[in-house]
Amino acid sequence: MAKVDMTDVREKDVNVSDLVFKYMRPEHLPHIWCPGCGNGIIMRDVAQAIEDLKINRNNLVVVSGIGCSSRAAGYFDCSTIHTTHGRAIAFATGIKMARPELEVVVLTGDGDASAIGGNHLIHAARRNIGITVIVMNNTIYGMTGGQYSPTTPTGDYGTTAPYGNIDRPFDVALLAAAAGATYAAHGDCFHVPETTRLIRDGIAHKGFSIIEVADVCPTYYGRKNKKGSAVDMMRNQKENFVTAAQAKRMSPEELEGRYVLGVIQELDFPEYTEAYEKVIEKAQGGAK
Amino acid sequence: MKKELILNSAWCKGCGICVAFCPKGALELARGKVQRKEGTDCILCGQCELRCPDYAIFVQEKEE
Repeated sequence: MAKVDMTDVREKDVNVSDLVFKYMRPEHLPHIWCPGCGNGIIMRDVAQAIEDLKINRNNLVVVSGIGCSSRAAGYFDCSTIHTTHGRAIAFATGIKMARPELEVVVLTGDGDASAIGGNHLIHAARRNIGITVIVMNNTIYGMTGGQYSPTTPTGDYGTTAPYGNIDRPFDVALLAAAAGATYAAHGDCFHVPETTRLIRDGIAHKGFSIIEVADVCPTYYGRKNKKGSAVDMMRNQKENFVTAAQAKRMSPEELEGRYVLGVIQELDFPEYTEAYEKVIEKAQGGAK
Repeated sequence: MKKELILNSAWCKGCGICVAFCPKGALELARGKVQRKEGTDCILCGQCELRCPDYAIFVQEKEE
């Protein structure tokens, strides 16, 4: 692990790592998430990605909606906004349009991004606006008590699906890719260095990027579906999820039933705020 | 530069992820909190820090 650059950070006064002290608000920690919840791991991945990219916190905006995952905006020490349910991407679009020089990162959940805010997700992807969306996909609505979400696998249980879910699940990253996202990737909680790299590349990418991270929810999804403890759920990711590099060396039979991490789509397409800047120039007859 | 393992038991929620994935088996849970297991070696690899959801365990450079 590379050393965290602590040059413009106040003197450390709590028992916490440099990375967490620099990018988060220790006075609000420990966070409210359940023991073993993967959200904390993903939040650290995001902080590490920002540190790797050497982004100034004054130019960083973290936007979140509503849900367990969306509490993350409250823990980041930069410009943050905790918005209404499903509208995180809509707010982020507004921020990016007004101040295209800022790095805008959206931390959202599966329900927030693909159900309540599904419309905003596909249209932000279609426009290719330069924001980064990190979907913490725990496959359930955790905060409200374990209702099934658009990403709950068919046959799995939730409080609103006591006999098993009959819906087919969304793959949020694939959905965004189909809508035109110019960077779409899958990550998980166990493979931290790989997921951090995907998030870093997503933030560095010019245009709309989405990283769907398979989360661990031992309290609701795990308990309802007898997936065991947080450790068991993490072990499942370790054993059944493979990185893109590992997948390349595996036969189609070996890959059956496995979740492959890595980039699923990377395209080169004009970024929305840059295209809009050109419209302004054109409308002003080159007077700007 | 020498490194050391730091535990912050005030933030530890005892989920056991660090204990399960420590490659040297150098950690254990006691009364719902993580602690170093006696008679084991910590190699300061930092795998625990990467996967701790609560930022309660980390490796840092030792102050001289």
